[in-house]
Amino acid sequence: MLHFERWKIVLILLTCFLGFLFALPNFFSAETRAKWPGFLPSRAMPLGLDLQGGAHLLLAIDQKDIRHDWLTNLREDARRALRDAKIGFSAIGISGEALQVRLVKPEDTDAAYDALRKLVQPIGNQILGTTGDDIEVRRGAEPGVILLQPTSFGLRERLIHATSASIETINRRVNAMGTAESEVVQQGRDRILVQYPGLSDTQQLKDLIGQTAKLSFHAVHPTVTAEEAQTTRPPVGYRVYQSAEREDDPGYQSAYVLQEVPVVQGDDLVDAQPAFDSQTNAPIITFRFNQSGARKFGNFTKTHVGEPFAIVLDDKVISAPVIREAILGGSGQISGNFSVDSANNLAIQLRSGALPAKLTIVEERTVGPSLGADSIEAGMRAAVVGLIAMGIITVYIYGTFGVYALIGLLVHGMLIAALMSAVGATLTLPGIAGFVLTIAMAVDANVLIYERVREEIRAGKTQVMAIETGFRRAFTTILDSQLTTLVAGMIMFWLGSGPIRGFAVTLSLGILTSVFAAVTVTRLLCAMWLKNAKAAKGRHIAIPI
Amino acid sequence: MFLVPDFKGHDIFPHHLNLPIMRYKELCFGISLLLMVISLGLIFTKGFNLGVDFKGGSLIEVRAKSGEADLSDMRSSLTALGLGSVQIQNIGAAGDVLIRIEQQEGEEEAQQAAAKKVLDTLGDGYELRRVEIVGPAVSGELRMTGLIAVIVACIAIWAYVWFRFEWQFSVGVLVGLAHDALITAGVFSLFQLQFDLGIVAAFLAMLGYSINDSIVVADRIRENMRKYKKMPLTELLNLSINETLSRTVLTGVTTLVVLISLIVFGGEVIRNFVFCMLFGVIIGTYSSVFISSPLIEYLGIRRDAMDEAPAKAPAQTS
Repeated sequence: MLHFERWKIVLILLTCFLGFLFALPNFFSAETRAKWPGFLPSRAMPLGLDLQGGAHLLLAIDQKDIRHDWLTNLREDARRALRDAKIGFSAIGISGEALQVRLVKPEDTDAAYDALRKLVQPIGNQILGTTGDDIEVRRGAEPGVILLQPTSFGLRERLIHATSASIETINRRVNAMGTAESEVVQQGRDRILVQYPGLSDTQQLKDLIGQTAKLSFHAVHPTVTAEEAQTTRPPVGYRVYQSAEREDDPGYQSAYVLQEVPVVQGDDLVDAQPAFDSQTNAPIITFRFNQSGARKFGNFTKTHVGEPFAIVLDDKVISAPVIREAILGGSGQISGNFSVDSANNLAIQLRSGALPAKLTIVEERTVGPSLGADSIEAGMRAAVVGLIAMGIITVYIYGTFGVYALIGLLVHGMLIAALMSAVGATLTLPGIAGFVLTIAMAVDANVLIYERVREEIRAGKTQVMAIETGFRRAFTTILDSQLTTLVAGMIMFWLGSGPIRGFAVTLSLGILTSVFAAVTVTRLLCAMWLKNAKAAKGRHIAIPI
Repeated sequence: MFLVPDFKGHDIFPHHLNLPIMRYKELCFGISLLLMVISLGLIFTKGFNLGVDFKGGSLIEVRAKSGEADLSDMRSSLTALGLGSVQIQNIGAAGDVLIRIEQQEGEEEAQQAAAKKVLDTLGDGYELRRVEIVGPAVSGELRMTGLIAVIVACIAIWAYVWFRFEWQFSVGVLVGLAHDALITAGVFSLFQLQFDLGIVAAFLAMLGYSINDSIVVADRIRENMRKYKKMPLTELLNLSINETLSRTVLTGVTTLVVLISLIVFGGEVIRNFVFCMLFGVIIGTYSSVFISSPLIEYLGIRRDAMDEAPAKAPAQTS
């Protein structure tokens, strides 16, 4: 165990040197690192949000919202399909999780069934063989009733699409907020994790991603008022929309009867900017349509001069101005009780596009920058004090060999930092605790070895034999004990989230490096000592332990 | 002499003691059993003081900009909001306050709304240090994965020990694990210490440490079984425990030194976490010396099985 071939020594030294090189960036500021020559590694360990401060938001897509949207669209499709097939229906409505179609004549059921079956689309991955239908069409319990229900497979498919679409939209919105290196990633199947460093007041962030921001322009029904529509029933193709206007606004109405199919939608916007109204000085939003949007909007305003139209945001009317003249240039402005902040937010949202569904915040963790800085300082102080105390004990008990153990510890610390920097693993506060724990474990390996050496000496072995046996016998024990902890670490990483994961990362990496440092490096040092001592004193050596 | 001048260390451990540990095993088993029963009772009657991770709700830490927080004023204005139980607690410096709001009726949005109300009520006099809001869906999931993590870890560790050692050792180890986990959980219940996600990590780490200790002793037992074929089992177990005692104690001390440093200087955020590990190291050391290893005597172990097993290291006879 004490003989090292030359290439092994070279390998060990090389590992230590590389460790030093990769750990180095952590001790310098980003500005200093930027000036380094390119061949030097310049990546430092990224700090977790608990250390640098920032917001962590976990969002979930509202499945009910997705289902509702789907059913609403399906209703239009079903209407069209039946009309094309010339089958009379008395009502199409959403009931529970399905769309219910009631036919005028029950004997049309078979024909209607066939017509509606055409709406079914196969979805899924044909290569993987995971295909299925997106909706299920079946006959209801009563005659003349057909039900269309989204399948769970179809819903899952929609959810996956909505999640990836939401991630893109959120990314655009969050990036528009500032320059921080934010991160928007998928978590699980339908969750989105937003991490925004350096932010302590999350209200703006939440406002920005909390709104779907579906914008649309609708024609207002010329005669029927909201009160009439609510007491009787809105005309076909029209719906009552609640208003978000303030009561003291000129021309305030609590609700409007609007054509359900919009004239133009937010998808057709190419730009939106916050601005101030030149007359009232109130915050407004100016926007520009793309070509097709401009044409549709132009045609509509040309034929409806003098009539009101409504601007609807997330199913609420934000304003309903009267068209004074045809708007042909494709640009316009929206006013509607904005504050400077909300106008700014809405402009960002409109530029970034609407979210496919409503998002709810299911978990929030925010750490202010001052607490983060305090935590780093406290963690570092604890690590330094703990290390010094442990160093004193080790050197006192094991003498020169104790110093070798400490050198091994330094290598261990360096290697963890190097590994974490190289793979970009994030350092968190529990991670610091995990690191400190691995130091204890690295020392444990040395204690095991040295106690064994002493035991062998007490048993009357020669000094050289004692070192040899000590390292060899202790090694299997160290391996067994470290491997079991590694098992625990892996499970923590696999199952855990947040703080558990950060802890598991440093613990698992630390076990690997601590075996190398405490066993290999210390052994090399002891072997060198032995070689030196033999050369100086021949066979009469005494281990300083 | 290499790198540093030679100087001898101090072997401070009294190696000649040879403590009659096996003689006290009934006493230790009795005490441990009692502690485990009490812990179980506490867990079922008092339960845990679950943190927002597991119970849902909000945790808000603020620092008074004036340096001094008016707790009674804060208490009256926050309880007036009608958000159910609101805990207000001074931590660390005089200006640092921790506010806990219980999980609100309703879904995820209700939690956000409650936290917003509190923040609006506190106003500009306070700097926001930390906000944690966990909705009912996530807290349920975290509870589940936390529990699964501990159970799976125990099983995996146990399987590893079974694979590497004889089954008697693995039983001893598993009992030791259950012992440590249960009593630590009992302490958390007794003092109503906050139990959150970090504590689960601490639990796993502490179980890893306890296993470490047990394996070192088990390794020695196995070695001695090959070495002293005729020695009675009780004597052999006692010898093995004693031979490894210096390592057990010294490692325990160095680990404790580091953990104490963490608990004193590491700050408020990880204090419970470190306390859990600190307690775990103590109880884990105790259990591997006084519970796991003596237990092997009851389970019995076939000495001849040792010979059949391919020996990793050649048996040494002195």
